[in-house]
Amino acid sequence: MNNHINICTGAFCAAIIAGGASAETLRWANVGDILTLDPYAHTESGTSSFLHHIYEPLVRRDAELKFEPALATAWEVIEPTRVRFTLREGVTFHDGAPFTSADVVASITRLTHPDARARGNLAGVETAEAVDDFTVDLVLNAADPLLINKLTGVFIIDEEWLIANDATLPGNTTTGVVTYASDHANGTGPFMLESRQPDAKTVLTANPNWWDEPIHNLTSIEFLPINSDATRVSALLSGEVDVITPSPLQDTERLEAAEGVTPLQNPSLRTIMFGLNVARDELHAGPNGGANPLRDIRVREALWRAIDMEAINSRVMRGKARIAGSMIAPPIAGYEAETDVKPDYDVEAAKALLAEAGFGDGFSTNLDCTNDRYINDEEICLAIASMWAGIGVEVELTAQTRSQHFPKVDRGETDIYMIGWATLPAMDGFSPLSAMLATRDGDWGGNNPNGYSNPRVDELAVMSASEVDEDKRVALIEEAIAIAREDIAYIPLHQQPLSWAARDNVDIIQFPDNYFRAWHYSVN
Amino acid sequence: MLAFLIRRLGQAFLVVLAVGLLSFLMFRFVGDPVVSMSREDATVAEREELREALGLNDPVPVQFVTFVGRALQGDFGISYRNQRPVADLIAERLPATLELVFAATVLALMIGIPLGVITALKPRGALSNIVQGVSLVGVSTPTFVTGIMLILIFAVTLRWLPSFGRGETVDLGWWSTGLLTASGWRAIFLPALTLALFQMTLIMRLVRAEMIEILQSDYIRFARARGLPERSINYRLALKNALMPVLTITGMQIGGLIAFAIVTESVFQWPGMGLLFIQAVQFVDVPVMAAYLMFVGLVFVALNALVDVTYALVDPRLRVRG
Repeated sequence: MNNHINICTGAFCAAIIAGGASAETLRWANVGDILTLDPYAHTESGTSSFLHHIYEPLVRRDAELKFEPALATAWEVIEPTRVRFTLREGVTFHDGAPFTSADVVASITRLTHPDARARGNLAGVETAEAVDDFTVDLVLNAADPLLINKLTGVFIIDEEWLIANDATLPGNTTTGVVTYASDHANGTGPFMLESRQPDAKTVLTANPNWWDEPIHNLTSIEFLPINSDATRVSALLSGEVDVITPSPLQDTERLEAAEGVTPLQNPSLRTIMFGLNVARDELHAGPNGGANPLRDIRVREALWRAIDMEAINSRVMRGKARIAGSMIAPPIAGYEAETDVKPDYDVEAAKALLAEAGFGDGFSTNLDCTNDRYINDEEICLAIASMWAGIGVEVELTAQTRSQHFPKVDRGETDIYMIGWATLPAMDGFSPLSAMLATRDGDWGGNNPNGYSNPRVDELAVMSASEVDEDKRVALIEEAIAIAREDIAYIPLHQQPLSWAARDNVDIIQFPDNYFRAWHYSVN
Repeated sequence: MLAFLIRRLGQAFLVVLAVGLLSFLMFRFVGDPVVSMSREDATVAEREELREALGLNDPVPVQFVTFVGRALQGDFGISYRNQRPVADLIAERLPATLELVFAATVLALMIGIPLGVITALKPRGALSNIVQGVSLVGVSTPTFVTGIMLILIFAVTLRWLPSFGRGETVDLGWWSTGLLTASGWRAIFLPALTLALFQMTLIMRLVRAEMIEILQSDYIRFARARGLPERSINYRLALKNALMPVLTITGMQIGGLIAFAIVTESVFQWPGMGLLFIQAVQFVDVPVMAAYLMFVGLVFVALNALVDVTYALVDPRLRVRG
């Protein structure tokens, strides 16, 4: 990030002076509005990221994304299924009410209610019991090594406020229950809700009574959703906003050339990969209903070897992606550098592997991609389709909107499909292990529609779910991720970049989880 | 006349119902709302439970009948996306869209009519040729391109006008207006111009054609023969008569403007119904999509019915034929 000394000239000068009156207001333009102010009524990370400014969890993530006490100052496992939290004293909600254990109990009860859309975020917690005013026990149905990870996304609401406004129950789309909390808010966080106009502007002001020592210098935040990429970039260039999230990659050069703004790019946690029809006898798209070549690991390796990720990175991703060999990114528990190696790009070797597997003349199948979910998703697929054509594998590309793509994938109707995984909100390798690698059965394998199944992986999934010794648990996950790499259950492509852009006078940290944490930011 | 009105209203109801049914059939192809609503690593059971709770496992006719039954009682359901009542969402966005459409219509008339007159009076003049040429470009450039061009010129380069949003609004309780603040006026100009461009060229061409035709008619010739001043012939007689069809078309086009506002609203982040609809489509927010489409259907039907009724009042023959 650059902090140039701005030399004031012409129209640019006028913009600075015009903005000078509210110098400590951070004007943040995001691609979409938040869905709701009710933290338990949604499952979208963008909304969580915003609400974290108003509401706080018991445990939060620090600047390095490590756990840090927030509303709880300490926690201790007193029985495998009972975890005791000591709460911070002297914290008040924005309306002045004191924060106590009753608020935690009311919040957990509300989140685990069957109507709460986000209740899956705290699966495994049965109840919360107040021990005294500043001690709370969470009762689990089984030992849960990821409890703290989950709690970083569980925001605490004031009990009295919920009761006073008849909002103790979460909203419910089916029965038509609408909750006061969906357009009002009362948290303990560093910022307070000042006003909200959906799709137009939401204003937060700094909380003068925040329990933590502020390191930011903001007096207020204006959250301005701007859906259109071109308009969002224009608003930054014209000085109407200070930071845009995301900033389109194709505008990077233009933003670099522009005065007073800097594109900010860092690798994110989200790994983009191809899922494969590894188990079925036949291809979905086979012209003659022929045997499924993707069952053969040599074919999968050939496909992987035939992808020139360097070319995709430099041409499609403007050099900003991080080429991946593993399903998970480096900051995630379970990552090992040894498994994060992409086999060398080698067309001849790929052809040889195909011939060895009996598909020397190639084969044809389908490639399913999104066109509005990941950065340059359709372009990546187009490039790879032509690379595969070079080894005789003809794919018919279907690039469509996410709400069509994912149901098709989920029904197991795809041969090769694009999927991105960031392991959020847990930030843990258990997430792909339980959802994408474990055999689909009940709570397992929700995103493993094509039947990848390895008994050892299933075993590791079950073991790691209840292993409370962190080193042992991480070792189990590492083993599973390494097996997936060995089996080529998925073809990892890259970690897509976080791409934002900001005016030079704001100090911003990009977190790999793509959260906006303005209590670390300042405007100069 | 009463029978005529009742028949018209009955037809209008059928049309809205048909729009609703068509949109319901379309939703099957938009995708699955459960994907947008559940967590990234939701289990199969979690998703199935949600699908069941939303009634998505019911056959489409059952879903449609449930929807119409509720809509008749004024209940359009709860948005899947943000769990607020759909009627509230639409009521909240309606003022923004209507103000934009109103501003665009006024702009189109204010610019379209004078240009039409100029090109009709001097059809071969240099100015007419330029206006005609530019209007061709205006009518054939897609709205999002014009919108982005205007933003680049007026917001990024000149920095005269804002590139997005509605400016400061004043809440009158049941209506939020941007027309009472200076920033609201600055904000509405570019989107209104973008939305008005097509309409403007249409009006200009219509006025021109009507004027040229009228200027050659007998009563204009008589007026000339009587030695009436040219000014009075052009504006008192010719323009007045040329405006009748223009006003009819402008009225009918309002429905089109509301529908077209989708693109303009998403380019300028105008917090109206079009933006609401686009986001509903991306999220597969079925209740919002259904209510929006039925609303737009209703606007079209109402405008047409209004025109029919007016004509029937003016021309008794139409009443007999119905």
